Amino acid sequence: MQLNGAQIVVECLLEQGVKSVFGYPGGAVLYIYDEIFKNKERIHHYLFRHEQGALHAADGYARATGEVGVALVTSGPGATNAVTGLATAYMDSIPMVCITGQVPVALIGNDAFQEADIVGITRSCTKHNYLVKDIKDLARVLREAFYIARTGRPGPVVVDIPKDITNQMFEFTPASGDPVIRSYKPTSEGHTGQIRKAVKLMANAKRPLLYTGGGVLLSNASDELTEMTRAWGAPITNTLMGLGAYPASDKQFVGMLGMHGTYEANMAVSRCDLLVAIGARFDDRVTGKISEFAPEAEIIHVDVDPTSISKNVAVDVPIVGDIKPVLEKMLPMVLEEKFQSKKPDLTDWWAEIDQWRKQDCLRYEQKEDVIEAQFVIQKLHELTNGNAIVATDVGQHQMWAAQFYGFEKPRRWLTSGGLGTMGYGLPAALGAQVAHPEETVVLISGEGSFQMNLQELATAFQYRLPVKIAILNNGFLGMVRQWQEFFYESRYAESVMEVTPDFMKLADAFGATGIRATHPKEVVPAIEKALATKGPVIMDFHVNREANVYPMVPAGAALNEMILL
Amino acid sequence: MKHILSVLVENEAGVLSRVAGLFSARGFNIDGLTVAPVGDGETSRITLETYGDDNIIEQIIKQLHKLVPVIQVHDLTDRPHVERELMLVKVEAERDMRAEVLRIADIFRSRVVDATSSTFVVEVTGSSDKLDACLNLLEPLGVVEVVRTGKVAMARGAKRMREGLKEAPVKK
Repeated sequence: MQLNGAQIVVECLLEQGVKSVFGYPGGAVLYIYDEIFKNKERIHHYLFRHEQGALHAADGYARATGEVGVALVTSGPGATNAVTGLATAYMDSIPMVCITGQVPVALIGNDAFQEADIVGITRSCTKHNYLVKDIKDLARVLREAFYIARTGRPGPVVVDIPKDITNQMFEFTPASGDPVIRSYKPTSEGHTGQIRKAVKLMANAKRPLLYTGGGVLLSNASDELTEMTRAWGAPITNTLMGLGAYPASDKQFVGMLGMHGTYEANMAVSRCDLLVAIGARFDDRVTGKISEFAPEAEIIHVDVDPTSISKNVAVDVPIVGDIKPVLEKMLPMVLEEKFQSKKPDLTDWWAEIDQWRKQDCLRYEQKEDVIEAQFVIQKLHELTNGNAIVATDVGQHQMWAAQFYGFEKPRRWLTSGGLGTMGYGLPAALGAQVAHPEETVVLISGEGSFQMNLQELATAFQYRLPVKIAILNNGFLGMVRQWQEFFYESRYAESVMEVTPDFMKLADAFGATGIRATHPKEVVPAIEKALATKGPVIMDFHVNREANVYPMVPAGAALNEMILL
Repeated sequence: MKHILSVLVENEAGVLSRVAGLFSARGFNIDGLTVAPVGDGETSRITLETYGDDNIIEQIIKQLHKLVPVIQVHDLTDRPHVERELMLVKVEAERDMRAEVLRIADIFRSRVVDATSSTFVVEVTGSSDKLDACLNLLEPLGVVEVVRTGKVAMARGAKRMREGLKEAPVKK
């Protein structure tokens, strides 16, 4: 069947099961947009107001569904605006394909209008990228892009397509199976011998701890993890990226670890004799001072990406593999009579942990006159039954959301963990809402972060995406202010948000509903009203300006040197 | 410690900048880098000289493997291998100095590949040490220009680098 390049693009997307594309048109991608227009019954395009928004939306869609998120932008400025979205997805290993337009082949390299070397620019923030210079490569490249994006350690892949390619004719043959790329063979099955070795250590550990990260979610292995953890009886902590991989309300869960993790989680890391790291990469925000991280522990590390193993921390038992098949192999070994009869009694270890828990490190006081941000998040949790999909931006509100919105299920927590991208939250929430139109999607943001991509309110209104936005408005870039207070003698250099928009009027301008709460008594009614309202809602909570995120491990300190409230 | 890595890659546009970019982005060192298409022209072979402790070298090898167009990576440092470098030296050679240049060239089994009334171009191949030694002797005579390729290296013995790939289908 002879098709033009744009038709081949659309057919390849449909072949991959793509239903939603997030993007922004421009000269170099007009043939593709024309083709999407003709196929709007089969494939839905969502027009964002900025390419960065489109990329974050594709990212949010991918995190909420586990499918590959797809973005479409034009050449030059369209593509460069997409870079932050790519880098965000890259750092958090989110499967994504971004199609960028390019100037016609004959003009490449001539500084043509709206030309940018996007393959060069995105080389270090994508898993892989392609420039398609010949129509005969187009279908193969698109199929490889999806395959690379979703297999192994997932990540974003860019396909740069010159405009003339989208208008040339070529024979299209439907795909048969996964593409074969001789230089790309991700390992998925873990080595059985190593897994046995790991289980043997697990069966002997007196003070074990599971440390799990985003890899568990990416691999859809939450059920296996939960089953194994319960069968073993060991305490479990999640990284910021791993929240929801294990139910937060479970008694074996000791909370998040790391810089703003719980006292009990960080003390447990510092005291454990066996640390089983699963799909987590020992980020500096987790380890604190690396030489004092888990000093008494033997370490088992399961990760699909061999470069993550022994990169920051030396590992005793490395297991390279996809989390799900590895846990599927581990689980029966843990359930075996031999393991169960041999494993040491963990009562003393739990008693130690319960002592740390008594610190109640997340305590705060909700006084009568000023709203505490933590209180707002707790109420959001209660009134959504802990069931909402929660997106955040970056800063204090993000950490409070991680600490106070207990996630029971996977794929309900969308946050930029690795790159820490302010402006991520609103478009990511919209992407998740596209994927799950019936679910409650809540954005928890700060007035600083929110202003970075607030133009996407128009997108929310256009597509009737009823996200509930909770702005924890403290008039500061809160996390910056907190660091300035702790480490720069309270010199608040440029962290004061002296002027913020009137969020009520802003909501009105964009067709959303605005609710303001300045008194603790107004918090619950505001949330109730927002949840009962059909369209998008902005809740502007004026919260305590001086509140800090506790507990905190200062950068460079050891995990057991936490600052408690 | 110095390491010599042999990297087999798909011969496609941009591969070299992916490899070089990996080193600069992650703060690894490149001491030498040679690259050219080999065999059927579908693959290129990169010889890379780098240094670092064992952990760094392990990371470099793993990170190289992670690049999609990289087919194989081998650390040749600890296995028997041969390595060669090529150098061209343009040296001043007038009247009585001409014989001296030719003598030195002869000692290093090198060849004069160009001659004018005032200069020679000498081609030297061998280990990097040998090239250094030759250059040291030529320098006092008046070296005008030097160009060196950087090392190429290959494991000794019958095993071929591509052997493990035999059954893999070749990309069109």
